[in-house]
Amino acid sequence: MVKKVHGLWFIVCGFIFLLVTNCYAQPISSTELINNAKLYDGKIVAYAGEAIGDIMARGDFAWVNLNDGQNAIGIWMSKALAANINYTGSYKSKGDLVEIVGVFNRACPQHGGDLDIHAQGLRKISPGRQVTEKLNVSKRNFTLVLLVILCLVLILRQLKNP
Amino acid sequence: MILKPRLEDIKNIGYYLGKVIIGLGLTMLVPMATGIAFGEINPALDFLIGAEIALIFGFILAKLCFTEQDLSWMQGMLVVSLSWLVATVLGAIPLYLSGHWGSYLDACFDAMSGFATTGLALVQDLDHLSLAHNLWRHLIMFIGGQGIVIVALSFFVKGATSAFKMYVGEARDERILPNVVHTSRFIWLVSIVYLILGTLALGTIGVFEGMKPLNAFFHGVCVFMAAFDTGGFTPQSQSILYYHSLPFELVTITLMLLGALNFNLHYHLWAGNRREILKNIETRALFGAAVITFLITAIGLNQTGAYAQAASLFRKGFYQLISGQSGTGFMTIYAQQFFNEWNHLALAGVIIAMAMGGAVCSTTGAIKMLRVGVIMKAMLQDIKKIILPDKAIVVKKIHHIKDIFLEDKLARSALLITMAYLCLYGLGALVGMWFGHPFLNSLFESTSAAANVGLSCGITSVAMPTALKFTYIFEMWAGRLEFMSVFTLIGFIVSTFRGK
Repeated sequence: MVKKVHGLWFIVCGFIFLLVTNCYAQPISSTELINNAKLYDGKIVAYAGEAIGDIMARGDFAWVNLNDGQNAIGIWMSKALAANINYTGSYKSKGDLVEIVGVFNRACPQHGGDLDIHAQGLRKISPGRQVTEKLNVSKRNFTLVLLVILCLVLILRQLKNP
Repeated sequence: MILKPRLEDIKNIGYYLGKVIIGLGLTMLVPMATGIAFGEINPALDFLIGAEIALIFGFILAKLCFTEQDLSWMQGMLVVSLSWLVATVLGAIPLYLSGHWGSYLDACFDAMSGFATTGLALVQDLDHLSLAHNLWRHLIMFIGGQGIVIVALSFFVKGATSAFKMYVGEARDERILPNVVHTSRFIWLVSIVYLILGTLALGTIGVFEGMKPLNAFFHGVCVFMAAFDTGGFTPQSQSILYYHSLPFELVTITLMLLGALNFNLHYHLWAGNRREILKNIETRALFGAAVITFLITAIGLNQTGAYAQAASLFRKGFYQLISGQSGTGFMTIYAQQFFNEWNHLALAGVIIAMAMGGAVCSTTGAIKMLRVGVIMKAMLQDIKKIILPDKAIVVKKIHHIKDIFLEDKLARSALLITMAYLCLYGLGALVGMWFGHPFLNSLFESTSAAANVGLSCGITSVAMPTALKFTYIFEMWAGRLEFMSVFTLIGFIVSTFRGK
């Protein structure tokens, strides 16, 4: 009987623990995090966004900036986690869309007061890709028309002002 | 009696305006070449279209208005004020064609912000912008920082008399060398030397901090242009926070301070006269103002407990303050943090720093430290006059490159420009409040726009009302040109309708 009660307590406590630790399991937007930084400070949060720019390796760790379409937030993660990211967003590529879980810092004491997240886990939501640029035909045609006009202006300028 | 402008006036203005536009069109070939080099075809076409339109417009104007006459003072001022407006409209063409700006007005806002070295931005999805467009955003800061007309002066204008009138119209009332064209070229020389050194420093730090070499040096050149010209645009949406790097922040602080110094002072430092930096009223006032405003900010931040560690408080507080004082606008915090985490005292420190600005004949905006110094000295002189016996003669001198007697005329001129700036800050704040923003937020954003700073507390956004966008564009323009050219243009328009 005592063992059963202990078992029940164990399940209840486990449930509460899961509830508390996963209360931010749904990704939180950057605006929500920045606007309510004091509320989330030091808590474990989930945040999802596109990896952009450079993956900046610093020793055994790396900085990856994730943009969720509203703002970009710097994520401090181990090199092993960063290795899962293959594409970062730029003009020529769409970055990997990833979700990270980690500790949110309003003013990180380790990083000079930066607002950042120290990632503990990373999940790739969708892979990035190279973006192939297609020539915009209307722009090209407009360029040619303007070029002809410019040449005419230059010729007329020379003719009237030899 | 107000005189109606003559055809001769319009021809003179049109001719020099045409030259400036041709210069602008040729400048667009730089990002176009960058686009081609990096295989960005559509961006390259955007710049080719922009360059072609500018060249067509410029050549026609220069041809139709051809003249060999020198400019009068009024014409020189008008060329300057109109050049900045036309450059904004034409410079926005490639930006708008990229599809990263919601409307042509938004593109014009960013173009004016760039030319006026402000740094407020309405660009969307900046992190996916092409290298060519990013280079243009920063290049216009470099051109605007030197002065759009100075660019033309250096390469296209032969007559020194006309050149000087446009040089003054662009808020540079100090000649470093006897000839104004030589002065313009010296300003270019200083800027190019620092461009090479600054790019090398920032690029090298970027590589050591884990960026790809090509990216590091591209960011290096862009961030240098924005830092030295106290602009504030950055290649990524997070501003300087993107780099998460203390060395990067230290180098940008140095560049911002160098940009906030008078080019005349740079000349004397280069010539070996290092004592000038200690004696000059401007550098003394700049140092004093930075210390006082930082103390105000630091006390405010300490009260809020926003940063638990002193090192973090110093790093965040000092960076934002120097960025504001120099009129740059780089940020290492998010715009929302200003109002969510900084208290009113800390914000007041930054607003005062932004309102005062850097040195005259530098790339900064705002009231400027020479005027602040002159007003303070004049006030002390007046207090002494009251205290001392009636027959006592109080003579005050200031040291700015040379010793100058502090005359009433000098103090009056400094006070007038200061009053004009304060009115502009207040006017923008009123418009902000009209649209429902709190007083301090409105004052912060308005001061940032009019003083050509670029720090934002979040009011500047794509969604802000059109009237507010126009207000900030006007503030950036009038603030950068220090009013005289703008007042002359207003007077010219009035005389066109009411003159005889």
